[in-house]
Amino acid sequence: MAKKVAFLQGNEAAAQGALYAGCTFFGGYPITPSTEVAEVMSVELPKIGGKFIQMEDEIGAMASVIGASLTGAKVLTATSGPGLSLKQELIGYACIAETPCVIVNVMRGGPSTGMPTGPSQSDVMCAKWGTHGDHPAICLTPASVQELFEETVRAFNLAEKYRTPVMVMPDEIVAHMRERIVFPEPGELEVINRTAPSVSPAEYKPYDTSFGDVPPLAAFGSGYRFHVTGLNKGQDGFPTTKAAWVQAEEERQVRKVDANIDDIVQFEEYELADAEVAIVAYGSTSRSARFAVNEARKQGIKAGLFRIKTFWPFPEKQIAALAGKVKAFITPEMNLGMCTGEVKRCAEGKAAVHGIFRVDGEPINPGQILEKIKEVK
Amino acid sequence: MAFDYDKYIRPGKLPHIWCPGCGHGIVMKGLIRAIDTLGLQKDNTAIVSGIGCASRLPGYMDFCTLHTAHGRAAAFATGVKMAKPEMNVILVGGDGDGTAIGGNHFIHACRRNIDMTYIIMNNNIYGMTGGQFSPCTPTGAKASTTVYGNPDPAFDVAKLAIGAGATFVARGTAYHATQIDKLIAEAIQHKGFSVVEILDDCPTTYGRRNKFKSVIEMMNRLKDIAVPVKAAEKMTAEQLEGKILTGVLYKEERPNYTDEYAKVIERAKK
Repeated sequence: MAKKVAFLQGNEAAAQGALYAGCTFFGGYPITPSTEVAEVMSVELPKIGGKFIQMEDEIGAMASVIGASLTGAKVLTATSGPGLSLKQELIGYACIAETPCVIVNVMRGGPSTGMPTGPSQSDVMCAKWGTHGDHPAICLTPASVQELFEETVRAFNLAEKYRTPVMVMPDEIVAHMRERIVFPEPGELEVINRTAPSVSPAEYKPYDTSFGDVPPLAAFGSGYRFHVTGLNKGQDGFPTTKAAWVQAEEERQVRKVDANIDDIVQFEEYELADAEVAIVAYGSTSRSARFAVNEARKQGIKAGLFRIKTFWPFPEKQIAALAGKVKAFITPEMNLGMCTGEVKRCAEGKAAVHGIFRVDGEPINPGQILEKIKEVK
Repeated sequence: MAFDYDKYIRPGKLPHIWCPGCGHGIVMKGLIRAIDTLGLQKDNTAIVSGIGCASRLPGYMDFCTLHTAHGRAAAFATGVKMAKPEMNVILVGGDGDGTAIGGNHFIHACRRNIDMTYIIMNNNIYGMTGGQFSPCTPTGAKASTTVYGNPDPAFDVAKLAIGAGATFVARGTAYHATQIDKLIAEAIQHKGFSVVEILDDCPTTYGRRNKFKSVIEMMNRLKDIAVPVKAAEKMTAEQLEGKILTGVLYKEERPNYTDEYAKVIERAKK
């Protein structure tokens, strides 16, 4: 049987990806340019007995998904810039309480209200450093409608596997463009569910590290009674100020991601084998970059593209390796140098890093990148 | 035989953090008796709170307990209730948590009439942070941030809840301990969003600053100002000056949110 093919908007694909992954709860608040995710979920979730709720504000939306996740549901919220700022406190709560949840954040101009309908890539640092305190961060930056679907599925898998919030961050161009999408068959993409406890309710502890760095999570209402708090807690889930426990728990929460970077980080290498100039790009900007690489190759310039799919954790190892091989990096992005700073950090001075920054609400076009390639080759 | 509270308390979690003379423990005992009267199952009951002294209550209780962020109890609880409507969901917290930072979630939970019970322990102050004025601190009162007297008018929590659409609103006091469980039990039984405000005392951060000589004086004040709604009907406006009505203040039958959403699901499946 032929696969189902559709012409879909990015935000619609994110919603469809969530449903494919088994999402049964959406809590949201309207905000441009992410609202279509909520609209699709409001139509589709009740059809499968799932729940959609439009909350009173962004903070409430984040709270509702964490509450629902604790009952065992796979949960999604969607937002954009100012909403991401508002959600940060409770993103931190989900980190410390180790509650799986997925946040689709469509990147628009900022700071503050900024340019609500203009594309941007300026939330990538907010995805890692937005909430206070040390915490794990996973952030995916898809570049096409098809990939937005697939990466949303992967975001759910990572959230469930590592008991942590995961962000999917398309820029506004990817979220609002319409493209052909081929729907994967059920079972074609891996779908991961959180590990349920194997011990009896009497023996259960919500952060029991005898099961490893990601302890099984029981559901409220399933016969397991436990305590969840945003305070530093011990393995039993109750608040503690015991220094050794707090240190161990904090380190474990971050280690869940840090020790599994190779499982989480995905990227694409294009024409990099003999490249002298490597473009590092993500989201819609990476599509302009690919075009520019092709043009440069036609003109005999050895250019290549390292496309970031997983922005956090950052592909440090790969960028560091490239830095030893290429003469220069070019980092086009719709912000004033967020990824550029990371690339410089990883390159450790072994290769020059040239940024192309746009924050005027216009996309970075291939010509702009090609010009820079010629300049630095 | 004495009532066995231990049945509902988590082993090893007491003593609690509350100061001597604080009314929160009286409220917790009232909540336990209400739960016992109704026969609520521990496995099927979530107790959700925000931040503050009163919000530490769930940690002591042997249920599915969720100690959230400041002001967010109603929003987290809404997620729990929506995802699992068959669970009993009880919210607890203080006046600052519920009516200041959590005010938006509070009024919208009222408006939705989602079937949960919210117990607000109103001690007129932010106790945990050391006694700053809250939206429920009386005008003129002293707090650590109103040493010249509070210029702000106070919320009437019950009126706020009624105005926002809660369908069951009651008020009790920490002095009237034996009434608390009855009010809470009736609130939990009510189908819809129910609010029980318990006027409480904070001797440590409110009493001392406002010339209360003892906890007993604070408790006596609660006794003196409380007038049962029935008794108030026969009193003149003059007699009611400075008094606060207690008992069930408002009750209305109205479709509740999760039942209404079940109808949405039915319509969507057609």
